[in-house]
Parts: sequence; C-alpha cells; structure tokens
Amino acid sequence: MTRRTAALSFAIVLAVGGLDACRKKPEPEPTPTTVTPVSNAGGRRADSIATADAAARRRADSIAAADAAAAAARAGDEAKRTTGEMAAILSQKVYFDYDKDVLRDDARAVLDTKAPILIANGWVSLSITGHTDERGTAEYNLALGQRRAAQVKRYLESKGVPENRMSTQSMGDSQPASEGTDEAAYQMNRRAEFEFPASGGALVRPRS
Amino acid sequence: MTYRRALLALLFTASSVAAQDTTRGVRIGLTYDPGTKPGVVVLPSRGTGADSIRAIVQRDLDFSDRVGIIALDAAGMSDASKASAPNWPMLAKLGAAAAVQITPTATGLHLAVYNVATHQTALIRDFIAPTMTEMRAWRAAVHGMSDELEESLTGTRGVARTRVLFERAKRIWMVDSDGEQAVPVTEAGTAGSPAWHPNGSMIAYSVLIPSQIVVHDLTNGRSRTLASGNGVFISPVFTPDGTSVVYGHGVDDGVDIFSVALAGGPGRRLSVGRGSDNVQPTFSSDGRRIAFTSGRPGHPEIYTMDADGTNVDLLTPLEFGENAYRASPDWSPDGRSVAFQSRIGGIFQIMTIGLRDRALKQLTSDGQNEEPSWAPDGRHLVFGSSRSGVKVLWVLDVESGRTRQLTRGSGVRNPSWSPRLTTN
Repeated sequence: MTRRTAALSFAIVLAVGGLDACRKKPEPEPTPTTVTPVSNAGGRRADSIATADAAARRRADSIAAADAAAAAARAGDEAKRTTGEMAAILSQKVYFDYDKDVLRDDARAVLDTKAPILIANGWVSLSITGHTDERGTAEYNLALGQRRAAQVKRYLESKGVPENRMSTQSMGDSQPASEGTDEAAYQMNRRAEFEFPASGGALVRPRS
Repeated sequence: MTYRRALLALLFTASSVAAQDTTRGVRIGLTYDPGTKPGVVVLPSRGTGADSIRAIVQRDLDFSDRVGIIALDAAGMSDASKASAPNWPMLAKLGAAAAVQITPTATGLHLAVYNVATHQTALIRDFIAPTMTEMRAWRAAVHGMSDELEESLTGTRGVARTRVLFERAKRIWMVDSDGEQAVPVTEAGTAGSPAWHPNGSMIAYSVLIPSQIVVHDLTNGRSRTLASGNGVFISPVFTPDGTSVVYGHGVDDGVDIFSVALAGGPGRRLSVGRGSDNVQPTFSSDGRRIAFTSGRPGHPEIYTMDADGTNVDLLTPLEFGENAYRASPDWSPDGRSVAFQSRIGGIFQIMTIGLRDRALKQLTSDGQNEEPSWAPDGRHLVFGSSRSGVKVLWVLDVESGRTRQLTRGSGVRNPSWSPRLTTN
C-alpha cells in the first residue's frame, strides 16, 4: 500500500474504528461511597444523619454524573458516527472519461455532497489528487492528473469552498486503483482522490 | 554509410601506408554490393581477459550496424591463434575487408587493424585501461576502444561508450549501451523522466513526492533540488549549452514549459498553454528550437517553438478523433527529424517526422512501442516496447530496421540515451 492511500485509510479507520470503540464501551460504574467513622456520642446521631445525607448526596451526584457521562458518551457516539459519515462522503472518489478532465454528471453529484460538509467544517483542508489510467505517456499523464485535480478544485470553489483550503497534486498513472488492463480497470483508475487530516477533530453535519 | 566511403575512411584515417593506395581500396569496395557492410574478423589473442575483450568488441561492432562481424569456425580460430601474422588467404576467403586484433598489455589494450586487401597494417594504437577488477571502468575503456576502431573502419565514431538512463519502479537506472552493468542511480522513491547533461557528467530527473526537479552529479553522487513547489514538476531536459534545465510545471491552470538556470533562481515560463498541458520538451541540437507535447488541440500533438517560447508551430499533422495521440518527441542529433510516439489502430508506435518536408515514417509495428530517445550517432533509437510480452527497452537501427533487446526484467520506461561519454 502506498503512503498516500495508507494515510487516507488511516483517516477512515480512525473515524469508523473510534465509533466502534465508543459503542462497545461499558456504562460507567457509580463511584463507591464511604462512611466516615464518628467518635462523639452526642453529636453522633446528627453527624451520622449528616453523614448519611452527604453519602446520599454523593450517591445521587455520582448517579447524575454517571447519567451525564452516559449521555455524553451517547452524544460522543453520535458525533463519532457523524464524523464517520462525513469522512466517508469527503473521501468518495470521482471518475473521469479517457484523456478528459471534464467533470461528468456523476462526478458533479459527488462533489455537490462534499461542498456543504467542507463549508460546515471550516477547519478541514482538502488535498485533491488526480490519477490516470496507464495508457499514454507517464509525463503527459502526470499533467492530465494535475488538470483533473484542478477541475475538481475549481468546481468545489464554485460551490463556496474557499480556494485556500484545497490543494492539488497528480500521481499520473503511477498509483492505479486497479491493476487490470481492461476498460473496467481503466475507469477505476481515471479518478480524483481526496485526503484530509485524520487528527483534526470531529466533523459536523451541514445544516440542510 | 556505403562500403565505398567506409573503405576510403579506413584508408585515410588509418595509416600513411594505406592512404597511399586509395584506388585499390575503392576497387575492393566494388567487390561488394553498394551499401553492404564491410566484413570484419576479430582475431583471437592471448593474455588476461583477451577472450572477454574480443567478445565485447565483436558485440560493439555488431551493435553499431555499420560493419558485419565474420565469425571464425574452430579451425579458423585454431589457425589464427597459432599464426604470428594474419592469414591473408583465409581472411580473403571469408570475405573480410579488415581484420582486428586486440591484445591485453600491462597498461591496457593494444589494437591492430589490418587491411585484408593490401595485406598491410592499417592502424596500431595503444589504449590505457584499468584492470578488470574495476569492471565498470574497464568495460568503459573497452567500449571507448570499440568506438575508435569503428571510426577507423567506417569513418563514423561508434556509440558503444554510451549509457542509457531509464525508469523502473520509480527509480532511475543506468545501463551500458550493450545492456550490461545495469545499476540504480537513485534511492527508492518517486523519481522519473531522467535526462542527460550534454557533457554526460550530470543528470536531471523529476520527483513526484514532494514534487520537484532534481539534478544529480554522476561524478560525486551529489543531488540538489533545482525547482520545487505545488503542482507537478515533470520531464526535465538540459539546454544543449548545458546552462539551464527546461521542464513542465503547473498547478491549477494546465502545465507549461519553464526554464531555470542550472546555477539556480526562479523558473521562467516559456510556453503559453492557456490551461492545456505542455510537457516533454526536446531541443534542436543548435539550441534554437524546442519540440514538445501539447494538449492544446484537445489531444496530445507535437509542437515546436523558439527557445524563448515564441513562434509556436504545430509539427505533426493534426489528427482528429478519440484515438489521436502524439507524444514523447526527441529531436534527432542531426537536427533533421523528430522521433515521437503515435497511436495507430489503438496501439502506440514509434514514428519520425522530417523538419523540412514533414514526411512521416513509421518505424515499429510489433507490440506497443513508446518514448523514443536518439543515440548520439543519430541512427539508433532506444524505446520502451511490450513486443516480448513485458515492457523493456529495445534498440532500433533506423537505417537497417534491425532491433535488439537492451534491458532485462520488466516495468521499464522513459529511456534517455547519453551523449558520447568520457567519464566512467
């Protein structure tokens, strides 16, 4: 696996794996309470009532805390799940016709789902990498891949994503997604891929 | 070159003795059909490495496609190794125009060339060579001798002492002209598109991650980045005067051809592609014009422009349709034609186009053939071909159509043939 796809997979694994870990986490146990021994007989009852009250309060507090933690965990679950969903959309590849950098309708539809997520998550910077199939020369293919990445960037920019949050590069034909030599494989390889930082934080759902 | 001129060259360049008798040389030439290569026998000799030297020189002469190597049978070998002087009747019977003998000496190699027609020694020369333990340098010295020998036989210096750079698994490799001594030049990484400095001491190549143009000094192994940044930096070549590197670069507005001084400094844009891809520059030998691949008509075609980017001209006749694709130009050393790859019936083939008459010639038809690069003799081309089932480098003699496989293994692309080399 190449370094680039490894980084991308890491981003997805982190998001999806994190989600799983949260879901499986056990409910937090209430904190055990301790009763302080008392020595004064006269004040003993009052003290013990006070102690009992305190203990009850602590118990109630700890239950509330546990509830809050569970709620937070549930919220965290939801956040993680959303992050995973958003990450999956941002990672979705777009595909091109042979020797073309024109965005097809299917590519535009995919990019249309990415743009609002990028707008809603201002911290995300997106790296766009253009790829080609193996036909043609390595050097022209590098240029073609760059042109594809640039087209994608231009389209997202037209949908309101700030230009300075996107970068473009090309791998030409050097990183095929499929090793085949038929049109099905070539189509898989004529693509733009997307990467964004894996450690940046949670992704929120855009308001629809 | 015709045999007649070849013999004249032999006689003129070889020795004063032979030079006295040009008429006889021409007469001998007439005993062969015009255009037939002069036959040469490489005689056996004694000494350390003598057999290896003989084998290397025979191959060099054979690969030159300018002389015909006449093999000696067992009896001939036995006879020749016993004889103190060339066996003229035997050599004449074999149809040899010249006989060659190379003897290892304490300091290198002793070369003797005999004119079979005149029974005279045409050339005696001693060459300094390292010992065989320094295999690379030793082979380079033997190839250098082959090139001088070829010049004395045909009037044209050979290209045995040259090397070919190529790309395999994102590393730059180098191999001798005879396919031996293949070595990687760069570490594992994302290197591609190697090119030679005109003096053969330095190479340039592109790196994908992080994208940059690198120059690498072969004499001391040092590398430095010449241009880098966002986007792609691809297909570097040196200017013929060796002072600059010209390459393709682009970020979001297509790829254009840029020039940067070897001494460093900012890149200067030469082409005006208006969003199209302009890559793979190659210079005319006088340095005045650049041929390059441009996607400006909607698919790749070969264009030319002045070295400053002006006077752009479409070189290849524009083809229409989904399948048109002309790329990878390499300007011939004599300046008269440009070799390139063109898709014909869905498969890439090597072609040349004349600069004056724009005449097209298709040079290959077997398998997929791509990325041609001229040898400094202007008659051999190296290119990537799938004709054997895997992608390796092949050499084509443009004049005779003869081909040979240069590299072994697979996954080889982007060859670049060196100038004649003087360094090891």
